[in-house]
Amino acid sequence: MRNIFLFIRRYFTFLFFLLLQGFSIYLIVHYNKYHNAVFSNTANQLTGKINEQYNKVENYFHLKKTNDSLIKANEKLLNLLKADFLLPDTLNKIVFDTVLVDSIKQYRRYDYMQAAVISNSVSSQSNYIVLGRGETQQLKKDMGVVDINNAVVGIITEVSKDYAVVMSLLHKDSHIDGKLLKGGETGTLSWDGVEPNILSISRISKSAKVAKGDTIITSGNSTTFPKGMLIGFVTAVIPEQSSNNFIIKFRTAADFHSLQYVYVIDNRQQEAINQLLDKAKQQNK
Amino acid sequence: MSTLVKNIIRFILLMLVQVFVLDKIHLHQMVTPYLYFIFILWLPFNMSRSWQMIIAFALGFTLDSFRHNPGFHAAACVLIAYVRPFLVNLLIPQEGADGNYEEPSIKSMGGILPYFIYVAVLTIMHHGWLFLLEAWQFGNIWYFLLKTILSTAISLLLIIITELLFVRKQKFRTNTV
Repeated sequence: MRNIFLFIRRYFTFLFFLLLQGFSIYLIVHYNKYHNAVFSNTANQLTGKINEQYNKVENYFHLKKTNDSLIKANEKLLNLLKADFLLPDTLNKIVFDTVLVDSIKQYRRYDYMQAAVISNSVSSQSNYIVLGRGETQQLKKDMGVVDINNAVVGIITEVSKDYAVVMSLLHKDSHIDGKLLKGGETGTLSWDGVEPNILSISRISKSAKVAKGDTIITSGNSTTFPKGMLIGFVTAVIPEQSSNNFIIKFRTAADFHSLQYVYVIDNRQQEAINQLLDKAKQQNK
Repeated sequence: MSTLVKNIIRFILLMLVQVFVLDKIHLHQMVTPYLYFIFILWLPFNMSRSWQMIIAFALGFTLDSFRHNPGFHAAACVLIAYVRPFLVNLLIPQEGADGNYEEPSIKSMGGILPYFIYVAVLTIMHHGWLFLLEAWQFGNIWYFLLKTILSTAISLLLIIITELLFVRKQKFRTNTV
């Protein structure tokens, strides 16, 4: 017993070094599984405050750019207004409908909420974006995030009282489903960590007709994003030698270098769908 | 100014510069300019080794919190804090000379060359360990090596500029108190 204590005392520094290294590596490995650990939440709240102060200054330098993109977004929305379209005058025709279901009433499925980006990174291998809006302002985990022009940015992974952390598309663990607009083939997006704004989409078979410049949109298979949101444009199509699939490289439509404001998408049916899925899983057990 | 206050101010300033100036510079995806770890290089000689590692861990963990990836920088900082005393013992000109001055600098290490070796070895260790931990999840050895070398070069340049801009006055303390 005495020898053990002597040993520990003799090599205390080295053992302490190993302990700290081990703890660091433990954090690296386990962080993704334990987002909601206490330290991450408090750190999130604290660094969020500091980032917010900095962002107040930074915003001034981007005012012109933000303004330009807002004007563009506004223009697009104005063009969608009902008042812009001349409809053939069929509305006056009176039809006696015997069905008692109210077919005119619309149900809202997606809600858009604006949020300011208070910190953003593109240089590391797993990038996160911090939003200045949190749980008290209706943000929840697993909501989708798009930029001002409705191009996909990422998914919320962590929410604290006033801040939310978004796992951006430029993250090794980000796996969003994408679809080719032209052919309709679906695949999974991934980032290799080399060049920001260039991602790849896998599991697209060689029978698909793909060309440079094709558009990639969200598939709508998940509850996070509505169908048909812009993701990016194909820049290179490389046939994979060992399989029947293409590796398709594409440029993201969202510019991750200059995000100032984003929209968070709330799917109102998400909870109901997830409940159904859970039920189905339990029955299969 | 007492050593404690000086180091607290350094900690805060270096962290702010790293997070809000250097992290915003996107030179190239290969190059990440790092300067914050100069805090560890400048820690006093007479600090106990366990304390050095605890402070290094705190420094790395603070930067990690800003980047939302805990662990990476903490691990790299603890490594260089552990290696630092060995290097100082190897490079210092004569025995006991580390008692004459408070912290490592060109003057206290006895010339430009020993101090430069001290800085360069610790910088390359910090970057190497940091990018190796990141590369474990990606696995491309040439990318890792090139990134380490390029980032080390930029960091050394930044450290040289910092040393030229902020001259640290070091008083000679006799050990015959």
